[in-house]
Amino acid sequence: MRLVLVGTSHHHAPVELREQIALDRDQAQALAARLAEDGREAVCVSTCNRTELYVAAPDAGEAERAAAAALASLGPEIEPVLYRLRDRAAAHHLFRVAAGLDSLVPGEGEILGQVRVAHELGTTGPLLDRVFRQALHAGRKVRAQTAIGESPASVSAAAAALAEQVFGSLEERSILLLGAGKVSEQAARNLRSRGAEITLVANSKTEREQIHEQLAEVDVVIASTNAPGLVLEAATVAEALRARRGRRLLLIDLAVPRDLDSAISELDGCYLFDIDDLEQIVVETLSLRRREAERAEAIVAVEVEKFHEWHASLDVVPAIASLRARAEEIREAELQKAESLLGRLDESQRRAVEAVTAQIVNKLLHLPTVRMKQAAAAADGVLYAEAVRHLFGLGEDER
Amino acid sequence: MAELLFWPALLLYGEAAIGYFGDMRHPGRAGRIATWGVRLGWLLQTALLGVQAARDDGFPWGTWASSLDLFVWLVVSAYLIWGCRRPYRLLGLVVMPLAVALLAVARAGGGTGIGSASHYSNLFLVVHVVLVLAAFAGFTLAAALSGLYVWEERRLQTRPATILRRQMPALATLDSLALRTVAWSVPLLTLGAAVGLGRLVVRGDRLDALIAVTAATWLVWCAYLGLRLFGGWTGRRAAYLALAGFALVVVVRLALPATHFA
Repeated sequence: MRLVLVGTSHHHAPVELREQIALDRDQAQALAARLAEDGREAVCVSTCNRTELYVAAPDAGEAERAAAAALASLGPEIEPVLYRLRDRAAAHHLFRVAAGLDSLVPGEGEILGQVRVAHELGTTGPLLDRVFRQALHAGRKVRAQTAIGESPASVSAAAAALAEQVFGSLEERSILLLGAGKVSEQAARNLRSRGAEITLVANSKTEREQIHEQLAEVDVVIASTNAPGLVLEAATVAEALRARRGRRLLLIDLAVPRDLDSAISELDGCYLFDIDDLEQIVVETLSLRRREAERAEAIVAVEVEKFHEWHASLDVVPAIASLRARAEEIREAELQKAESLLGRLDESQRRAVEAVTAQIVNKLLHLPTVRMKQAAAAADGVLYAEAVRHLFGLGEDER
Repeated sequence: MAELLFWPALLLYGEAAIGYFGDMRHPGRAGRIATWGVRLGWLLQTALLGVQAARDDGFPWGTWASSLDLFVWLVVSAYLIWGCRRPYRLLGLVVMPLAVALLAVARAGGGTGIGSASHYSNLFLVVHVVLVLAAFAGFTLAAALSGLYVWEERRLQTRPATILRRQMPALATLDSLALRTVAWSVPLLTLGAAVGLGRLVVRGDRLDALIAVTAATWLVWCAYLGLRLFGGWTGRRAAYLALAGFALVVVVRLALPATHFA
């Protein structure tokens, strides 16, 4: 059985092409089922950054053509940007995808869940089931053993991580939004997904009084107005602090020009971050992710090797099974011949003879079995299997 | 036997102290190895205390040096409650060098061997010494949490790009943990000191310098609790007060014990 991958991703195709072949879950499931109609196995991984078809079939060329045709039927212009990988290279690619190493942001965590769903919706058999399970295992291992997914990879995620650094759990924490730019909305959404609540979205028409009242209550202020000057002076915040009785206040200024007075950072219990601070944090965390990616690649390589050994051993498994069957056949035949002698033995002595002969066969075949599996992993498996069939006359009776 | 347990325990604590320093520079494996050093060192020190208790005829931690040995064990035990969790590893940077230094001092004073039994009654010593030492261990941990708070807050104010590189406990968590630790420790010190004072009055003994400074320490930590619970003190101010209280703990444990234990 051969493993084939045909697909494209953000590395090879712009969004105009990717959107032609982007599939929802039902469509991906239907496409995989259609490809698997001719006795093949098929899984479709489709996310906003990639659409990939993994097919397991005896004939790699034919499977590749069928997968490419299936994708081309969705978007005729897609053909030139399709990549095609086979066996070890295809598995390596899938393992990297599951580990987040092929993502736009290295270590991105969503992809692992998307690969798991694709596996569940696919039409799998022994090969695809194995390669997807092992890819998911590799993805989990990378996340557990490296820090690749721990740090925030966007300004909005960095703002949320800073809020957690100050407050711990964000449950029941309140947010004041000054202005509503795209990034501040994302940051607020990120905070809300962690349990915080937006108490006021202030715009140019909001009364200053109302903002000052809220300043005494809220935990996080996110500012991103288009105002030409400062929206919050340090003196205003200092006044609000008196009513806060020592409660901490995190202020995120995403506006250019800045909305929040930089002197706020000198006030006790106030933590102020502007857009430059957040961008520097993101640059730093992305470089950390890239460093961790090297360790992740090593983990992936080990897992791919394990899969490759298993996959390669499939070539020699029939020969090993035939060899063992032949040996067992001979052993039983010889015991039958010796029946006249063995008949005099009592039950325990007969069992001992059975055990000794079985052990001799096992010991004799152990090393050839191991060597054949090793040879299979080194791509000589088919040659060795043929040699064993020839030397021991395996399969000749059937011919 | 005591020797066989003391040296590996000291070495493991030392390894942990160095490991936490390495973890501060490059978070990861060094921190994990350091935590295992603390765990194994603590097990060995527990065994050492067990041997001391089994061999001595009476309460074995009645001298200032042997009480330091017990104090280190209590501090490390308290640290192990949180220190094994990844965000709190950095506490080890404060706690473990202190543990190594105090254990070495205890050894130099002959407090880690056998035969340091006190002539005081066991019940009095168990109640007085153990309660006071447990309270001081709690104050030590609270001070470490407060030190971490000050450091972490400073980072939030100076805003380095690496601020999220290390997984740290949140400021609010550090603050409330320090308060809870002190809230447990103050009653322990109150009870332990009351037992000691009661005995002092019964025997008609005189106050010594250590008792006076312990009383001052008790006042500072009571003030900490009062200001936090009723005065609205949180964050940096409370952390500085905790560090001041810890300075008195250091004086009580290291500078004055000779007068008291004599």
